[in-house]
Amino acid sequence: MIATVNGEPRELREGSTVADLLRDLALEGSGIAVAVNERVVRNAVLKEHTLRDGDVVEVIRAVAGG
Amino acid sequence: MSSQTAALDAPLRIGSHEFSSRLLVGTGKYPSLEIMQAAHEASGTDLVTVAIRRIHIDDPSGKTLLDYIDRAKYKILPNTAGCTTAKDAILTAQLAREALGTDLIKLEVIGDMETLYPDTAETIVAAKELVRDGFTVLPYIIDDPTACKRLEDAGCAAVMPLAAPIGSGLGVCNPYSISIIKERSGVPVIVDAGVGTASDAAIAMELGVDGVLMNTGIATARDPVAMARAMGLAVEAGRLAFLAGRMAKRLYASASSPMTGLIGTPRG
Repeated sequence: MIATVNGEPRELREGSTVADLLRDLALEGSGIAVAVNERVVRNAVLKEHTLRDGDVVEVIRAVAGG
Repeated sequence: MSSQTAALDAPLRIGSHEFSSRLLVGTGKYPSLEIMQAAHEASGTDLVTVAIRRIHIDDPSGKTLLDYIDRAKYKILPNTAGCTTAKDAILTAQLAREALGTDLIKLEVIGDMETLYPDTAETIVAAKELVRDGFTVLPYIIDDPTACKRLEDAGCAAVMPLAAPIGSGLGVCNPYSISIIKERSGVPVIVDAGVGTASDAAIAMELGVDGVLMNTGIATARDPVAMARAMGLAVEAGRLAFLAGRMAKRLYASASSPMTGLIGTPRG
């Protein structure tokens, strides 16, 4: 299945969770947040949230700004 | 501050948060993150702003901004900078809360990319929703008393009228509007954007506002760390001058030294 991750299409294994995706991207750790289809997925439930074909995923962190 | 007048000054309270400094400082545009860190220290601030952006998934490694912010010392004020709709600003705020574990949000909904003036209507829509969702909302807004009142009515914890366009360094362009906003506001007024140098910060504080937020004025100075210290002193000086109550302005001179007993005058 294919999901869009930060604007780029990405092939994912069937049944992948958001936590699986973050591990594949080497993005585990603090200071990160994820939205799927314009809704925040709480960090506490990343392992339980299964992704589906066509999902739009945004992964963000804090950057320098004013 | 050490004098009696200064001792009367309360800490800055925004919602349930309390700050010892009245200077809020950004994290953008510094020559390096090490210089940013030193500038934060020199400024005396305890609240720093950050932006929220997508992670570059090709290169997520390396030190991040948060490695340069001691969270025991500084609270973080994430912003929604760059958003042009209430919808995007709301989602950005919710992501920021999840990533950073704070209910503070600097709400910024831009209406025009050249001036970076805010979209007032969208800002008010977003403010209402974010307040409903439990955020402590600090909206960046035009120096318009009516817009500020609408945002206060929406439940914002502070209002942040601009001194001048973001990054312009023009100083307080309309002190009369800022004074009216402060006079009518039931929530703290933070002057946000446009402060170029220390005197601009002092002028803003002398108008009686509760704080000043700046980024470019410090970060793009030739020596950001020295300017950060200057801004910290200016905010404190301006606040103290406001609390002290300035003398009345007058058109003609009023001598400070006695006009009697001058040499070479007839005995009086």
